[in-house]
Amino acid sequence: MGDSLKAIKKTEARRSLGDTLLPAIDRKKTKHALRQENMKRLKQKDKDKKARRKSRRDEGAPALIPKTIESLRESDSTILNNVVDEDVIEEINCDLDEDEFSSYFRKEYEPRVLITFSEKPIKPSRRFAAQLCKIIPNCSRIGRKNTSIKSIVADAIKKRFTDVIVINEDRFEPNGLLLIHLPEGPTAYFRLSNVQTANKKQMKELTSHQPEVILNNFNTRLGQTVGRMLGSVFHYQPEFKGRRVITFHNQRDYIFFRHHRYKFLKGKAALREMGPRFTLKLQSVQRGTFDSKCGEYDWTIFGKRHEMETTRRRFFL
Amino acid sequence: MDQDDVIWGIIKNSFCSFKVQTDSTQLCRNEYNLTGLCNRTACPLANSQYATVREDKGILYLYKKTAERSMYPRKQWEKIKLSRNYEKAVYQLNEELLFWPGHIKSKCKQRFKRLTQCLIKMRKLKLGRQKKLIPLQRKIERRIKRREDKALIAARLENAIEKELVDRLKKGVYGDMYNIPLQAFDNALRAEERESDLQEITEEENEVVEEEIEDEDVSEDEFTDDSDLDSEKELEVEDDFIPSEEEIENLSLPSTSEKSRRKKQRKENVEIEYEMD
Repeated sequence: MGDSLKAIKKTEARRSLGDTLLPAIDRKKTKHALRQENMKRLKQKDKDKKARRKSRRDEGAPALIPKTIESLRESDSTILNNVVDEDVIEEINCDLDEDEFSSYFRKEYEPRVLITFSEKPIKPSRRFAAQLCKIIPNCSRIGRKNTSIKSIVADAIKKRFTDVIVINEDRFEPNGLLLIHLPEGPTAYFRLSNVQTANKKQMKELTSHQPEVILNNFNTRLGQTVGRMLGSVFHYQPEFKGRRVITFHNQRDYIFFRHHRYKFLKGKAALREMGPRFTLKLQSVQRGTFDSKCGEYDWTIFGKRHEMETTRRRFFL
Repeated sequence: MDQDDVIWGIIKNSFCSFKVQTDSTQLCRNEYNLTGLCNRTACPLANSQYATVREDKGILYLYKKTAERSMYPRKQWEKIKLSRNYEKAVYQLNEELLFWPGHIKSKCKQRFKRLTQCLIKMRKLKLGRQKKLIPLQRKIERRIKRREDKALIAARLENAIEKELVDRLKKGVYGDMYNIPLQAFDNALRAEERESDLQEITEEENEVVEEEIEDEDVSEDEFTDDSDLDSEKELEVEDDFIPSEEEIENLSLPSTSEKSRRKKQRKENVEIEYEMD
């Protein structure tokens, strides 16, 4: 019935305008039709892409670099790989020779670490700290009741500690890690997340050998400082016999901590995780030891989020 | 006085907006109340002669009210600043309330003492360290967490660590610890080169090579052939994959055609196993 009506209308339209056809009436498409069209388009796109890739491969051209957040990273003038100017490189090396960690890298002192908590630490924090204490060589931990961080720092300097770690907590889980290098700073505050403590089995396997440290992807000048800071918590002379490796891997400004035992098998490394694992995210770097009132910040994100987090592809470490 | 009795009669029996009824007692919310209780003697409304001590911005004042002042509500309370010196202030209180009823005097002194203690504590707390609470915006927290998850996937941690370790091994960071396997690796490579011209090798030569290989340790030979191995799956595959001593000898041995055929078979097997995993 409908078809016949349409046909009649069409013929009428033709008659009225002679032989010229009227443009087709723009009917609203159904959702289904739209979806179908879209699917078709996407499929075609995919096909084209594959064809292009194939033609490239046939020509013998090298594969294109995939577009990831890392490869599209906004260029930063302090990324060390990009520095070509020899003067700048020399300057950076001079800087590194004179910073607070240079004496560690010259192996002039053995690091001694003190771990404390917030006022009344909950069990997860204490367990986490206990495990850190076992992992980090030459480390001791104390509960601080109402003592301020400043006085703890002063005491620690007197007792020849070289680093202080303060674990902060909120909502019954550890959520912050303050790392103070002694005696002259700097101080870094990290957001701590995804803390997974090691289980009993893993802790049994733990040996007292000094671990080696891997610092991955700390590319910018700031990243280098942070990497050196984290690295200098551990002893500079790893005991390879223990086959323990500790990794700080920076990816998109998140620093992933992992602790493994490894074994070389057939020229490849086999890993077994020892735990704990956690993630750090840098919040601020302060010159000198901890001072929340009149401390001078080298870098901070507090109150500057809108200026600093302009795109997703901007990273600082 | 009559007026006072009238007021108290109303407050007690009907309604007072300052009155708070608790299970055990009645309390008073009026700022000028000396004790905080709702009773005849402590009521600042139903007493025309009344005195109290109050704190304003860290300074203590004595407030006095007399019957003569009741005509002027604005000037009803006489406000006297008390000295910051405790003893002087007590002396001041004694002087001001010289002929006043004893209970008001003593209660004023008690209140003064308590307020001074409170002020001292407040100042101490303010000077000491304080916790600063930072609001966490839920949306931002969620975003940070999500990005962390994605970064973790992008990081491919195990691969990165393995790569770094192998780099270190190649650089010779570990010194003599893994030296022997490297030699074995070289030997194995050399052996493979020779494999290409299998048929030309005489049996005498074979014996020489065999001797060489027998000298080596077993674990070293694990380096012989692992080009097919994907590092991601290595850990899972590992156990099945460590070839026995005999197999290894066969793998690295350039020998007769029968042996090589066996080797080929084994290689194929290895590949299939891997794919199944």
